[in-house]
Amino acid sequence: MTAPNGRGITRRRFLEQAAALTVGFTLAPSLRGLAQAAAPALPGSLQKNRMLDGWLRINPDGTVTAFTGKVELGQGIVTALAQIVADELDVDLARVEMISGDTSRTPDEGVTSGSRSLEESGVALRFACAEARTILLETASAKLGAPASSLRVEDGVVLAPNGSRATYGELTTDATLKREATAKVKPKPASQHRFVGKSVQRRDIPAKVTGGAAYVHDLRLPGMLFGRVVRPPSPRARLVSVDERAAKKLPGVVAVARDGSFLAVAAEREEQAIAAAAALRKSAKWQQQATLPPSGRKLFDHLRQQPAKDVVVSEKKDAAAPTVKTLEASFTRPFQAHAAIGPSCAVAQWQGGKLHVWSHSQGPFPLRGELAKALKMPASDITVTHREGSGCYGHNGADDVALDAALCARAAGGRPVKLQWMRDDEFRWEPYGSAMAISLRGSIDEKGNVVEFKNELWSHTHSTRPGESDGTNLLAAWYLKEPQRPGSARNIPQPAGGGDRNAIPLYVFPRQKVINHFLPEMPVRVSALRTLGAYANVFAIESFMDELAGAAGIDPVEFRLRHLSDPRAKAVIEKVAAQAGWRSNQPGDGQRGRGIGFAKYKNLAAYVAVIADVEVDRASGAIRVPRAFAAADAGLIVNPDGLTNQIEGGIIQSTSWTLRESISYDTTKILTRSWADYPILRMTEVPSVDVTLIDRPEERSVGAGESSQGPAVAAIANAVANATGRRIRDLPLTPDRVKSAQT
Amino acid sequence: MAITLTVNGERRTVAAAPDTPLLYVLRNDLELNAAKFGCGMAQCGACTVLADGNPVRSCVMPLSAMAKTKITTLEGLGSLANPHPLQKAFIEEQAAQCGYCIAGMMMSAKALLDQNPHPTEPEIREALAGNLCRCGTHNRIVRAIQRAAKEMSP
Repeated sequence: MTAPNGRGITRRRFLEQAAALTVGFTLAPSLRGLAQAAAPALPGSLQKNRMLDGWLRINPDGTVTAFTGKVELGQGIVTALAQIVADELDVDLARVEMISGDTSRTPDEGVTSGSRSLEESGVALRFACAEARTILLETASAKLGAPASSLRVEDGVVLAPNGSRATYGELTTDATLKREATAKVKPKPASQHRFVGKSVQRRDIPAKVTGGAAYVHDLRLPGMLFGRVVRPPSPRARLVSVDERAAKKLPGVVAVARDGSFLAVAAEREEQAIAAAAALRKSAKWQQQATLPPSGRKLFDHLRQQPAKDVVVSEKKDAAAPTVKTLEASFTRPFQAHAAIGPSCAVAQWQGGKLHVWSHSQGPFPLRGELAKALKMPASDITVTHREGSGCYGHNGADDVALDAALCARAAGGRPVKLQWMRDDEFRWEPYGSAMAISLRGSIDEKGNVVEFKNELWSHTHSTRPGESDGTNLLAAWYLKEPQRPGSARNIPQPAGGGDRNAIPLYVFPRQKVINHFLPEMPVRVSALRTLGAYANVFAIESFMDELAGAAGIDPVEFRLRHLSDPRAKAVIEKVAAQAGWRSNQPGDGQRGRGIGFAKYKNLAAYVAVIADVEVDRASGAIRVPRAFAAADAGLIVNPDGLTNQIEGGIIQSTSWTLRESISYDTTKILTRSWADYPILRMTEVPSVDVTLIDRPEERSVGAGESSQGPAVAAIANAVANATGRRIRDLPLTPDRVKSAQT
Repeated sequence: MAITLTVNGERRTVAAAPDTPLLYVLRNDLELNAAKFGCGMAQCGACTVLADGNPVRSCVMPLSAMAKTKITTLEGLGSLANPHPLQKAFIEEQAAQCGYCIAGMMMSAKALLDQNPHPTEPEIREALAGNLCRCGTHNRIVRAIQRAAKEMSP
């Protein structure tokens, strides 16, 4: 706890200061004079968090503190936001302190997900800081006796032509930023950026490579106990009996927390908590039910037969040339795991009926609301403070473990509890990415143009996050003596979409129909896994584009370009083709092949095209992806190296999903428990990745953290088809499937 | 019972059962953050530390077996103020996303470079094949190790 955090103060001191701070700013405008209906629209997250001092504090010592409701997940967002703040305010990056994701201190920006942070928090901070700078200049103008237009700012010091000067700290009073944002001050053009657009080093990395206190796992509070949860052997099992007394006699055990079928233990030492949890598990008797759907191939027939809410998400009936050829194909994607390297963890402390939780949740505010529901207490009595965790890649166990820790700490009589899941807790209980079945039909005319396209998909919801529903979306709440129910399933609507994310092709087809068969029942717990439905939809559509190109006898790159009208879409495809040295209509040689995949993420965010090379061992069926190329356009680039890291990581993660990953289960139990059951790509197996960025300073920054996974799976699948002449339409592309496709 | 360990060159006495996995003692008794709990089954490498220079999975090493070994954790390599070439290289290459696996990666890399100061890229990948990364930072990690190797043994 004494390791410096890289910015000159120790973590402990930082925590002490944080705890001592009172809420000296306003998170919402006062009602006086601000009738909701009259409030003008403000950009990004300013719309819902309208006061400038909710975003920014100018400190007397010349530093500035910026507040964001978004949180660091290892994607580098806090650094990117600091770059924006420094540029708009004209202060050095080192002067900017960032406070993120704390229900007692920061704006409520919901969940950090969907590659939306720069569009929401980045835009809000950009406008708030631009306006703050203008306010400070106006104040300086009066004080220095010079017109505001004659002033310039150097690292937080306002300079007048006559040589007089004032620092931001000197110009600021409590009242300076206590006002509603107007967003009338135009942020700087890209040409005036000093930090935005540069590969600034990430703020979180130094602590991570030196053993600093970087994660919630590293938080140690006085008197803290260690907790472990004892989950049922299978979903919806009920606890019939357990020998709590024997467990309480084990060394170090302080409390056994039981509430209905929720069971956890707190002990003085971590290994004691693990041993006591094992003892409880051994003595526990459960009533289990066979609640899981069919597995393997049968799952997808099952999905197609479930009661569905059918929504036509796109329909076009323009005039088109006559059809000469029609293709049909079906694609599947199994349940897949987030599979964080570090199991989920939280620290909870009860004091005087109030609860403080430290969590790596993606949404501290929504989590607070859900904890309030689960614990039947007012949200105002709960503080959720974000601390980093292991990368989550969507909605994993992060929120659930916070309730586990709170329930465990409540039984432990005031002492804080750090509760971490074990490996099998994470694999068996995290919500998975939804399985999907997709059926496509496409027709081409005599020139080889697509004249008709139909996409039907079947999928459960892709988001059961806290804070979004009519139920309680925290695992333990469903197992309490008075069980609460999970929220009803809903699909994230278009244009972003959930299961139907990227189900509408960006290609221009005259006649088109896209139908989402949304399945409200979810026998397997599912939620947001990075990209939601986009991974499978892009896999299907881009595989099918190659099939249609083949039917038309046209090269896949050329075929895509001729169906696109958006110049930015064409540009990434042309760029990646040039970068990889794409050769038109190059056949595979039976073993080696090359494929391309493209998408504009959500049809709203970054454009990414990927080319992958594969090597297929026809005897074993094993696929290797030695190399991938990517071209990406995310508008104005804030941090090129950070963007490259995200694109590269997304491609490697997608390669792992694509070649290996699938959750296994029987009628009752989840069978995936460890890395032995769920192998992911290793250091010796990952592709090299060459990323080219297209910077568009005149365009707004759009999300990119989830933009490369879809194009990557499509490029690999197309490369395998190119190599072997056989197309595999079911994920993952396992050796068995490769072999059976050849026969 | 009390067991004395040598960690990062210092003698440290801890009171814990002899079968306690070393990881919990490092993290909780000695308050060393770097080694992480990942799986508890020696499958992922997040808890990797060095025992007499060899990479071991501290999540499955009982304390009683460690009394006579010299244990090195990432904190023993260097600090923010005085970083080891590996630490500098990981910062230079920005070789982390979430970073949860990174301490284990770095300790496997340290063991490799101690035995083989000029590893080839395949040798680096092979030496780290037992360390799992989920963010897809693998290639940056390899580049950071190559950079550190160059600095340590030009």
